[in-house]
Amino acid sequence: MDWRPTASRAALARRAEILALIREHFAAQGVLEVDTPLLGLAAAGDPALSSFRVELHGSPRYLQTSPEYAMKRLLAAGSGDVYQICKAFRDEEDGPLHRPEFTLLEWYRLGFDHHALMDDVAALLARVLPGLALERATFAALARRCGAPDPHLARDEELAAWAAALGFRASAGEATDRLLLLDLLLSEVVRRAWPPGQGGFVYDFPVGQAAYARIRPGSPPIASRFELIVDGVELANGWHELGDGAGQRARHAAEDAVRRARGQAPRAPDPRLLAALDHGLPDCAGVALGVDRLVMLATGARELGAVLAFGADWT
Amino acid sequence: MASYSTNQFKPGLKIMLDGDPCNIVENEMVKPGKGQAFNRVKVRNLLTGRTIERTFKSGDTVEGADVVDMEMQYLYTDGNEWHFMNPSTFEQLQTNAQVMGEAAQWLKGQEMCSVTLFNGSPIAVTPPNFVVLRITKTDPGVRGDTATGGTKPATMETGAVVRVPLFIEEGSLLKIDTRTGEYVSRAKEE
Repeated sequence: MDWRPTASRAALARRAEILALIREHFAAQGVLEVDTPLLGLAAAGDPALSSFRVELHGSPRYLQTSPEYAMKRLLAAGSGDVYQICKAFRDEEDGPLHRPEFTLLEWYRLGFDHHALMDDVAALLARVLPGLALERATFAALARRCGAPDPHLARDEELAAWAAALGFRASAGEATDRLLLLDLLLSEVVRRAWPPGQGGFVYDFPVGQAAYARIRPGSPPIASRFELIVDGVELANGWHELGDGAGQRARHAAEDAVRRARGQAPRAPDPRLLAALDHGLPDCAGVALGVDRLVMLATGARELGAVLAFGADWT
Repeated sequence: MASYSTNQFKPGLKIMLDGDPCNIVENEMVKPGKGQAFNRVKVRNLLTGRTIERTFKSGDTVEGADVVDMEMQYLYTDGNEWHFMNPSTFEQLQTNAQVMGEAAQWLKGQEMCSVTLFNGSPIAVTPPNFVVLRITKTDPGVRGDTATGGTKPATMETGAVVRVPLFIEEGSLLKIDTRTGEYVSRAKEE
């Protein structure tokens, strides 16, 4: 039986150093470290995420896919700036860059918009990966760089033609599913917008990919969301949070509609989250960053097992 | 034929694409933090040999290809057809020059080859990784020259032409790597 670690002692030491750097970064700015439950009443709202279902005395509970719900309740209760380093669990995710159980760094800054939060992410990255210059460009500009249509303005048929030329095999009825094509476009930007070893922020998304970001009205309207990509790896996802409870409820309902359209089981929203959102979320921006991936990039590893003490125990 | 979900994709799986049997060479799952997951695969078309990239929405299914590799013994060619035999059932089958491709130039008879069958018909023949063949024609050997690294062409008994070191003589037996078409070493007379 292979019981030994999959990471070297040196990689584990680097990992510990990076965790210390992260804590230093937030301590210096007075951001409070918090620790919220991993076991919750509700499964993830995102139709693309699959939560692990467990049982408590025979009734269902779910391992959290991120600490978002609990952290938003803290924010609504007046916690101020908070950060958390915790495990997150996502079923059906495994591979060189995915683990069903992984370490997430999630934080929220009051009074920040997505640009101010990108500054903060860049400052943190500078501690861990000094010398790495991070470009900032809109999703539309990076799509152009990749020879792809404009994610906001292109017609569904243009997106479909681009995807087909790329080798996308749509199944029946999905050839012009705009949201699907935009997700494909984003995956191409992740892969090709920057050469190996380089990276940056992609920001300002179409409203269909808003998640829980604020939408700036206009023509087209723009979602204040960003992603951090380094060396072709998606490292962080953040946005200027929707402020009001009604807006958040509407997004949950929209996710549920997508789930129903795809034939997935409906998921009850977290009642405590909804109550907190009705009470009111302060103006803030939040981001989640994959710590295992960050350590992987910092050590030059090509897959997560090399930076996890036991990176294959789930197999 | 069974169909396969993208989460069953792995190198070596044979699937149908655009009506042609294909072999998955690489499979990468692309799962973003938000949004739809995709499988980006490299597939080799088993009829044309071309490698192409395809992207699928994760969870979609594709039809499997009825493709099997069979170990068969090469018997002989009459110039138009190449004859193979299954050594356990003694069943024979024939194939043509197009399917034989590069494989034909390494075979003289008796070799065990991997014959790829699609819906029961041969579509590719893979010779053994190494074959031993005799040189029928090459320039005279340069005696003692084992170090300069120069090479010359040599025609083998099957017609294949291989680059060999200068000291190799006509009539010698050579071990050749059929995957690269390169000379490996001299072989002993049996």
